[in-house]
Amino acid sequence: MVFEEKGIYTVHEFTLAVKGILTSGQFNDVWVRGEISNFTNHKSGHRYFTLKDKASQLQCVMFKWYGNNLRFELEHGMKVLVLGDLDVYEQKGVYQLKVRAIRPDGIGELYKAYEQLKNKLAMEGLFSPEHKKSLPKFPKKIGIATSPTGAVLHDILTVIRRRYPVNLLFIPTIVQGEYATQSIINSISALNKTDVDLIILGRGGGSIEDLWAFNEELVARAIFNSRIPIISAVGHETDYTIADFVADVRAPTPSAAAEIAVPDRTEITNHINRLGERLIENQRRNINDIASHISELEAGVEPRLFLERLADYMQYIDEMTQRQILNVKRILEAREAVFNAHAGKLDAVSPLGTLLRGYSITLKLPYKALVRSVGDVEKNDELEIIVNDGKIKSKVNDKEVCTWK
Amino acid sequence: MEMSFEEAILELESIVEKLEKGQLSLDESLMLFEKGIKLVRECNTKLKSAQQKVEQLIEENGELRTEPFEVEKEGKLE
Repeated sequence: MVFEEKGIYTVHEFTLAVKGILTSGQFNDVWVRGEISNFTNHKSGHRYFTLKDKASQLQCVMFKWYGNNLRFELEHGMKVLVLGDLDVYEQKGVYQLKVRAIRPDGIGELYKAYEQLKNKLAMEGLFSPEHKKSLPKFPKKIGIATSPTGAVLHDILTVIRRRYPVNLLFIPTIVQGEYATQSIINSISALNKTDVDLIILGRGGGSIEDLWAFNEELVARAIFNSRIPIISAVGHETDYTIADFVADVRAPTPSAAAEIAVPDRTEITNHINRLGERLIENQRRNINDIASHISELEAGVEPRLFLERLADYMQYIDEMTQRQILNVKRILEAREAVFNAHAGKLDAVSPLGTLLRGYSITLKLPYKALVRSVGDVEKNDELEIIVNDGKIKSKVNDKEVCTWK
Repeated sequence: MEMSFEEAILELESIVEKLEKGQLSLDESLMLFEKGIKLVRECNTKLKSAQQKVEQLIEENGELRTEPFEVEKEGKLE
């Protein structure tokens, strides 16, 4: 009998024996496709679920240290590919898959995962405009994280060389496949330790699976946490990855990213030359303004005008002199009138008036001395008697003193 | 310290605006004009002489180092 030959196991011994066979290596690192059901996200952080298809079920556990890398949350009914190692849960005697990674299976699931993460990060504010860093207008050194093969690097280099030669620091980055996520994160972190002032994170077009690393939460957070602004240029114009939403600027293509990153040298040259022209034009106008102001001032002291003004003054002086003369004349005339008035009055008291009234004046010749008294003359003195209308010569015949009053 | 290209252009723009507003003394305007012309020359020289250096960043044993990256080599890498 079989059990007599082989002896008797305890339950535990049997379980360990089975476990030994099942975990011997044949079922390590296996991918299993199935649909999630009975999903429990235990408060311990471990995830328990059943993977099933139409015919069978497989118990699965994902310990939290693996679950941390999960790029989406499990949902009942989700079609997935799980990577894990077969194990036996001794206490219950059941075999189970210890899951290390889960990927959405099929495009539909990828989109679901994408939407899930997008909503989650949007709620957290990772896409908010206020978190967007502004790009340097004239970058001094640009970091480029992309694949060393393929057209992306070539396109970026070509466009930048054509537009505005600027120093570039290229970091070879794996942008597709299993190691892409970690490689992108490393590149962003490495460039943040250099003196670049702008990063272009690029990848050519591809399917949603090809671009998947750019939809990883860890990549999104690395972009968000970058000290240096990042332009994302992933896929074609129509491909929007999570990285594009988090990046400070999203470029539709790698060439466009290069165009956004650097200004066009020709444009700047034109701008500078226009500034130079305006500079000269404005200065010419300023000088003209100042010159015309000066000539205004000069006009005030010009010799010709000075003479004119001098002539004005001289004329003024003449006019004033003329006026003075007239004034003097007028004063003299006034004086003359006064004089004439006085002369009239004088007539009344002159000896001539006395003569007119019938009196006469007697003068003793030859000296015509006025005779006032009998004592002034002697007998035979010659006299001249002045009357109103002439003179009478006479001789003293006699004299007699009389008292008239 | 040497002005960055961006600073030089900003400075030039502000000088042009000042001259445009006018109301400056002759000395002020001449000084600004001279400075502006100098900036135009400097900017143009800088633009013309801009040289491109392409380097590659390599991480080795946790250490970062750079080495010249020859564009011709692209495609041969990896």
